[in-house]
Amino acid sequence: MPEQTFIVNGERVTVDVEDDVRLLWVLRDRLGITGPKYGCGINVCKACTSHINGKAFNPCAVPVGKLGADDEITTIEGLPDQVEPSQRGDHDLHPMQEAWLDQDVAQCGYCQPGQIMAAVALVNKVSREGGTITDADLDTIRNICRCGTYTRIRKAIVDGAARM
Amino acid sequence: MPSSSDLHDPAHEPGREPGREPTGRTPYALDRRRFVGYVLGGATLVAAADLVLVDAPPAGAEIPTVPQIPEVYDLNDMLTDAARPTANLIKVTINEDGTASFELPRAEVGQGITTSTAMLIAEELDLPLDRVHVTLAPARPELLFNQLTGGSNTTISTYTPVRVAAAVARLALLEAAAILLGDTVGGLVAKGGVITAPGGASVTYGELAVKAAASGDRAVEVQLKSEDDFALVGQPTNRVDAVAAVTGAKDFTTDLDVPGALPTMVCRAPTLNGTPVSVRNQAQVESMPGITHVAQVSTGVAVRAETFGQCIDAVRALDVAWKDGPVAGESDATILRKVRAAQLPMPRLPDTPLAQTVSGDFTFWFRSNSAMDTNSAIADVRPDGATIWAGLKSPIVAQQQIALKLGMAPDKVKVNVVTAGGSFGRRLFFDAALEAAEISQAMGAPVRLMWHRADDARVGRGHPLGTCRVQATVVGTNVLAFNQSLTCVETDFRHGLGEIITAAAADLPAGVGNLGFAETIFTLTQEVPYDFGAVVQTLVETDDRFNTGSMRNIYSPDVRVAGELIVDKLAAKMKMDPYQFRRKFQRNPRLLAVLDTVAQAGEWGRAMPAGTAQGIAIHKEYKGVSACLVEIDTRPATTGREIRNAVTGPRVTRVTFAIDVGLAINPRGLEAQMQGGINDGIALALTSSMHLRDGHFLEGSWDNYFYTRQWNTPPDVRVIVMPSEETVPGGAGEAGVAASFAAVACAYARATGTMPTEFPINHGQLSFEPKPFTPPIPQSPTDGLELTS
Ligand code: FES
Ligand code: FES
Repeated sequence: MPEQTFIVNGERVTVDVEDDVRLLWVLRDRLGITGPKYGCGINVCKACTSHINGKAFNPCAVPVGKLGADDEITTIEGLPDQVEPSQRGDHDLHPMQEAWLDQDVAQCGYCQPGQIMAAVALVNKVSREGGTITDADLDTIRNICRCGTYTRIRKAIVDGAARM
Repeated sequence: MPSSSDLHDPAHEPGREPGREPTGRTPYALDRRRFVGYVLGGATLVAAADLVLVDAPPAGAEIPTVPQIPEVYDLNDMLTDAARPTANLIKVTINEDGTASFELPRAEVGQGITTSTAMLIAEELDLPLDRVHVTLAPARPELLFNQLTGGSNTTISTYTPVRVAAAVARLALLEAAAILLGDTVGGLVAKGGVITAPGGASVTYGELAVKAAASGDRAVEVQLKSEDDFALVGQPTNRVDAVAAVTGAKDFTTDLDVPGALPTMVCRAPTLNGTPVSVRNQAQVESMPGITHVAQVSTGVAVRAETFGQCIDAVRALDVAWKDGPVAGESDATILRKVRAAQLPMPRLPDTPLAQTVSGDFTFWFRSNSAMDTNSAIADVRPDGATIWAGLKSPIVAQQQIALKLGMAPDKVKVNVVTAGGSFGRRLFFDAALEAAEISQAMGAPVRLMWHRADDARVGRGHPLGTCRVQATVVGTNVLAFNQSLTCVETDFRHGLGEIITAAAADLPAGVGNLGFAETIFTLTQEVPYDFGAVVQTLVETDDRFNTGSMRNIYSPDVRVAGELIVDKLAAKMKMDPYQFRRKFQRNPRLLAVLDTVAQAGEWGRAMPAGTAQGIAIHKEYKGVSACLVEIDTRPATTGREIRNAVTGPRVTRVTFAIDVGLAINPRGLEAQMQGGINDGIALALTSSMHLRDGHFLEGSWDNYFYTRQWNTPPDVRVIVMPSEETVPGGAGEAGVAASFAAVACAYARATGTMPTEFPINHGQLSFEPKPFTPPIPQSPTDGLELTS
């Protein structure tokens, strides 16, 4: 069986699995990294949103064989380590996670790892482009929350952006 | 908070008629705040209370005109009463590390009951919230009716028993401390998990945990804290599971690490509820990479593999001969015809020369209650017993039905309740748990069953299609009669009250039993919250072939939308402002208060451009009242927004929502539930429905089923939690849906000048390309690296 090597949350891993198995299943079923959630498997719900080399992506739509040995995957579990310890908040978490806690965003929580990873990438993108988060930016987020936590998500992103 | 000076006198309690003795008290309720609980012997202190010690709800309050049934006895009274004959204990344990733990016999699905329960325990025990750990109890068959999470009943039915158990623990700790510190209980102060004597000597709960248990089993009398003394209850509080949720550490069923329970999926028929006849290529599929088992079961063909990705490949490769399901060939139009054929004649209206009739006839299409966390369960079935893990709101009946299916005694089946990623009524049933048990038995191996989204959307349960007809008679400025008749595809209540006896009653032949159940639920939940003279509301259900259930708020959203649209029509007929009309015909002071609150805070009547409008609506249920004021934008620049794989359409731009739920244990959690309900209401009004074509629902994923998204959600939402005169909590989980749905419908009608008659309003046009039915689930894309952002 082919060996797949890549970096996940700062650690290089090697997994024996076919090339075409999507990364989401390699993370969840083989590596036991269950923060990224399954919600559709066809890149429409965004529950699995994670980062690759600092950008948001959806591992349900990436065959693991397409990853290179130096590709860096970050899941929600690795997000706090993406900032310096001094930037972390009261819970020793990433500023966006801390904003999520302050706004008490989660209801069932199932979509929230994906929401937070998408939010961090959106804020980074907007600030790369020299702007600040607007309602129009928030309207572009595709992550579904069936519990309907959108109102608090919007507040938390603005709050988190100010802290990042 | 109550202002009553003597809470022990029932005559002074709000909501209780002066001079009237409360009825139906159990021996454990000495009065409203004094109860008997138990100290149980054990390794550490275990304090217990009877889960059924709540006394009967006060009857006859605040009803100036002929009351409708839910005003004096509603669904929550039924759920609470159903629990009454059983005698069973819930226990608060004090651990040696100074924490308290409690197993809640309910399901947490996002509604926040672990948080509100932990708050009650922390309050009564004088312990910091982070030292109270609430977990979910496994199926406890001895609880009979009392382990059903539904009807927004959890807080209503557990509020007092949970507090009593915690108060017993506190008392036992104080008694143990009194001996240790050489003082009397009355002289000691308990605070923050430490008990201090007047001289300053102190001892912690942790140090007392073992000593307090030593006295053995005994009954004790406790006095609960007065609501006036609550320090934590009633304060906006963040969820106890929030850190786990934002770090990915919160485990749902498919995240659990059960040894050997490999990923498992099911290949399903191309028509709804079709069944497998034979597998033509079993050996070939068994030899695919990663596949360990292929087994034909009653609902389809199950595959088990090293990864879910390989399950998807195998499901897509299977070549199965199918027997058509019971709705093969049917579509929305044929089902609607059948529902219309089942409609009863509307009740006769009063007939006078001056009477005018206002009427409406509304269609509500099928809707899905698919949660983000699809139907899933882990099952490890061995020859001598089985263990199940799943998100279950009725675990006892699940255990009983699984045992029947497996041919085992119920006590051989252990059913664990796992926190679920949403329910919206779906987890009242246990479809995945039953299926996983059957598969595990067939394969002889543990399985981690997960429904593919396509199956969860198409085959999972939902809200049935129905029609609602309304007629009202107007004479001058009075409404003499108001009739409302709901006719729908059957709502499945075969979970009964959570155990097999009433579940069996709901399962009587020809749907008689289920209809009786449905009629009961309808009668206990529906009322017209206006002074409209002779009010008649009827329900007819027909057609039991669909996978349905109590979708969030059951009948109320449809009934209230039809009702409130007609209320606006009545107002127009009398040339009255919709808000003023609602005030005039209001008979309930709590409803009047929420109505006035949203009108003021939401600036009712402010000038708005053409194509935009406000809508206002009210609702009363779950012992609470709510009002919603929305603003909608139906102008072309908004409805014409183009977003890939999405429905835009009209946008609700502002929502003001007020709720009086009685005592709000956690206003922050209550606000969250209302915010969710608002998004549900918007989806039901504008965007989300299921299309039945040729025997199957078309919607296969979130790019087909248009639940509210960020581009639909209102940028401006304000939820107002009302201070309440009530001293007991009402239900919260579903209370936000009905008024929101109705207000959006009313606003849309006012913005466009046309009253919509079917919901959601976009059902007539299909906004997506349906995915194939064979194979039944779509392959995952491969272009994810080209779409980074
Ligand atoms: S599971 Fe990846 S986007 Fe839905
Ligand atoms: S919090 Fe439940 S799906 Fe978003």
